[in-house]
Amino acid sequence: MQEVILTKRFEFSGSHRYYRPQWSEEENQRVFGPNSRPHGHGHNYTLEVSVAGRLDEATGMVMNIVDLKATVLEVLKEFDHKNLNADTPYFKERIPTTENIALVLWELINQRLKNGALRAIRLYEDEDLFVEYHGE
Amino acid sequence: MGSREAIQRDGKVYLSRRYKFAAAHRLYSDKLSQEENERVFGKCANPQGHGHNYELVVTVAGPVDSLTGMCIDLSRLDDAVKGYILDRYDHRHLNLDVEDFLEMVPTGENIARQIWSLLEPVLGGECLYRIKLVETRDNYFEYYGDHEASI
Repeated sequence: MQEVILTKRFEFSGSHRYYRPQWSEEENQRVFGPNSRPHGHGHNYTLEVSVAGRLDEATGMVMNIVDLKATVLEVLKEFDHKNLNADTPYFKERIPTTENIALVLWELINQRLKNGALRAIRLYEDEDLFVEYHGE
Repeated sequence: MGSREAIQRDGKVYLSRRYKFAAAHRLYSDKLSQEENERVFGKCANPQGHGHNYELVVTVAGPVDSLTGMCIDLSRLDDAVKGYILDRYDHRHLNLDVEDFLEMVPTGENIARQIWSLLEPVLGGECLYRIKLVETRDNYFEYYGDHEASI
């Protein structure tokens, strides 16, 4: 039986700011524009998590969705209704761009799932902008 | 800038246009204790704030102009929304960057009413029919001013 990919969608609301302290104010403004404003701004992020594998013959499932949901919601507790720069440890040295948030979420989710189960994540900053990551 | 739709009822056409802005906010009142804030606002009281992609749908009403076929000049509507709302709210922290919310908790309810109060004088009370503010997929707020909600 061939592999099947299951995708579940999650949402979280967070604020963020694009700013490099090593740069001047002018440089930050030039590169990041309104994203560098001091108090930040926010988004309703949508996260799609795709897992894959062979179907379990008894259950007909790639993975129990209850387990997948519990795992991802546990990870998202650190992100939802938070200021990503100030409230999480992941963006002290890197900027919480959609790309970097996707990389961080991949690591956090991948380490909690069975080896090789996580196939892809897709993170939407808004309905017109999203990033995909498939691991190494 | 946005997308539009039009509905006709009783000779009046209702035109709606959608706009978007991304903003941070915090639900917290200085008039309540820390415990009461957490009890009332839950995770929305996070000290560092959080944020949303807001959708703003502005509905105007009026007869259709016989020459232009329009009930409102869309560029006039866009200019009003951009100048009074989007330029002031987008990519900002509503509590910290916007004077409208220095004394008022930026709940969806309050933001919707505030947007109405800013646009009504510019567009006219006869013309502005409804403000709809979508905060998340599951929460949205509508305000009709003194109008009765009929559509």
